Amino acid sequence: MTAPRALTAPASPQEDASVRPLPWRRMAWVTWRQHRFALTGVAALLGALVLCLWIVGLQVHHAYAAATACHPASSIACEQLIGSFNGTGHFLATGYVLQAVPALIGAFVGAPVLARELETGTFRYAWTQGFGGWRWTLAKLVTLAVLVAASAGALSVLLSWYYHPYFQPYFAGNSMSLTTESSPLVGGLFDLRGVAFAAWTLAAFAIGGLAGMLIRRVVPAILATLAAYTGLAFAAGLYLRQHYLTALVTSKLNVPGSAWIVSQRWLTKGGQRISQSALSHVLQQGGPELAGKGGVPKSLSSWQYLVQHGYTQWTTYQPAGRFWTFQWIEGGWLLALSALLIALTVWLVRRRGGLKPIRPT
Amino acid sequence: MNVLQASGLGKRYGGTWALRECSLTIPAGHVVALVGPNGAGKSTLLNLAVGLAAPSAGRVTVLGGWPAGSPAALDGIAFVAQDAPLYKNLSAADMLHLTRNLNRRFDQASAEARLVELGIPLKQKAGRLSGGQQTQLALTLALARRPRLLVLDEPMAMLDPLARHDFMATVMTAVADDGVSVLLSSHVIAELERVADYLILMSRGRVQVAGEIEGLLASHRILTGPAAEADKCSQRPVVHVRRALAQAHLLVRATAEDPVPPGWEAHPLGLEELALAYLREPGAAALPGPAHSRNAEPSEVTK
Repeated sequence: MTAPRALTAPASPQEDASVRPLPWRRMAWVTWRQHRFALTGVAALLGALVLCLWIVGLQVHHAYAAATACHPASSIACEQLIGSFNGTGHFLATGYVLQAVPALIGAFVGAPVLARELETGTFRYAWTQGFGGWRWTLAKLVTLAVLVAASAGALSVLLSWYYHPYFQPYFAGNSMSLTTESSPLVGGLFDLRGVAFAAWTLAAFAIGGLAGMLIRRVVPAILATLAAYTGLAFAAGLYLRQHYLTALVTSKLNVPGSAWIVSQRWLTKGGQRISQSALSHVLQQGGPELAGKGGVPKSLSSWQYLVQHGYTQWTTYQPAGRFWTFQWIEGGWLLALSALLIALTVWLVRRRGGLKPIRPT
Repeated sequence: MNVLQASGLGKRYGGTWALRECSLTIPAGHVVALVGPNGAGKSTLLNLAVGLAAPSAGRVTVLGGWPAGSPAALDGIAFVAQDAPLYKNLSAADMLHLTRNLNRRFDQASAEARLVELGIPLKQKAGRLSGGQQTQLALTLALARRPRLLVLDEPMAMLDPLARHDFMATVMTAVADDGVSVLLSSHVIAELERVADYLILMSRGRVQVAGEIEGLLASHRILTGPAAEADKCSQRPVVHVRRALAQAHLLVRATAEDPVPPGWEAHPLGLEELALAYLREPGAAALPGPAHSRNAEPSEVTK
């Protein structure tokens, strides 16, 4: 071998320089080079979404402007404009399609970070370099987490703009509105706007990272990430979010249309809870003024009839004004959860106890 | 300086011990052959030494006292794992760039020159190189880090005889030029005989023999004589007895100066013969005294 040799003598162990860890910025190129396909994929997915949302969003805003400018509101022409607004971008109106975006980013970017290394055995190369295994893991996970969360945050700015007309008082309180979910707190739209979208993307990524470390195979780790994320998102939407702040309770009909109605129930004079079937029975026995029978015009709504007969309807709700408080609460616990999951992943790499050497046959 | 020092070292995966009660001191400046059958615990010992696994019991330090896996240890040790794992979708040039980023020292010029010499195109994806070229690339990356200890786990498994020769030539050049210590595992003893000067023999998760090969060969003899007297002929410890009809061949721990019983003949033996005899007798051991250096703590077994 005739290769030229550098004259650098290996450092002795007593020298501080060899103990001091390598600077973190060394990982920037490494992370980019190894994950550029995943990051490009995320950019392409988000780019396509931006384009689609921009085009449909302009139509939505246009239809909204036309509907609000129309006078008088009860005219047939105006009803047609409102109908046209409700028909525009209908498949996006509930927001459910976009719920998949954080899950997909988390699963396809987060899960392979460690799973691919462990599956192909390259962790034995990566974690024995001078940079160190757990620092390598920490640098990669944090860099990628920031990148995916920032991209998702950028998209959610566009989403906020896109969904802006749906939360305007004009439609929120208007019986003509076909958008049934007009409260900004209701699941489906709540987590697309504000900080929640970025926070959910971050959480999905962190779940993916840990799943990759635990499962050590790319495809099963991706599937596990999707399953875990879905479970968490459903649990948050169905059980958790309504308890962020103590809900308001009222017996009046003054609940604003933008409020998120958590539950409604009827109580008897004695404060006993009365079931829906019992209520129907009461209403069936109601007088002619309720049913409009026997030539008497219908003068009472069911609600008025029941109230006159001593029943009280209690509505539990979260007012729309709590939107940003709820956003920060949800963003906060998701950030804490993500940090915890990433820390756990790094700790597992550092502990290395369970890493059985893979013996290829 | 000891490049590796283990005391009471053990590693358990689930309920089975892959390595246990391993106490070992490897001085610097040797090419150490770690030999044993498959499943003997060689890979486990190497993984513990490079910090890829954490001990279940005992401790292991490297390069004169650094805990395995610590920044200083990672800095001074280059490891080529079994089957030379590389990123298949990265080119050879990218692998150089990657390794340069992840290490304090990296001799880019010598690494590039070495790849040219080997006929490995820099733009070729690692996954499209032959098995031999991949191993050579992994070795080139490891040596460009200017390590003080080079750890190779079954490095020659993927190589044909010619490539094995080239591979060992590269390693021996680094030993001669840079004084790097080498610890390499293999289950083929013959290919190590020419290069190694220190032997560690492992079986069933335990270290059986450890020492300089010259010394080991000088302290073992084969005695050949009548089979009937095989049991009582030698005052020296008998490692292994092989009987062939009327004759018995005894591998004993004895030097050339030890007296030979009447009616018996003594012969020197080769490395392979020595290793095979010990591997057939897992109960036998040839270890230097307690493996502590002056500054080592007592070998208490933790956990």
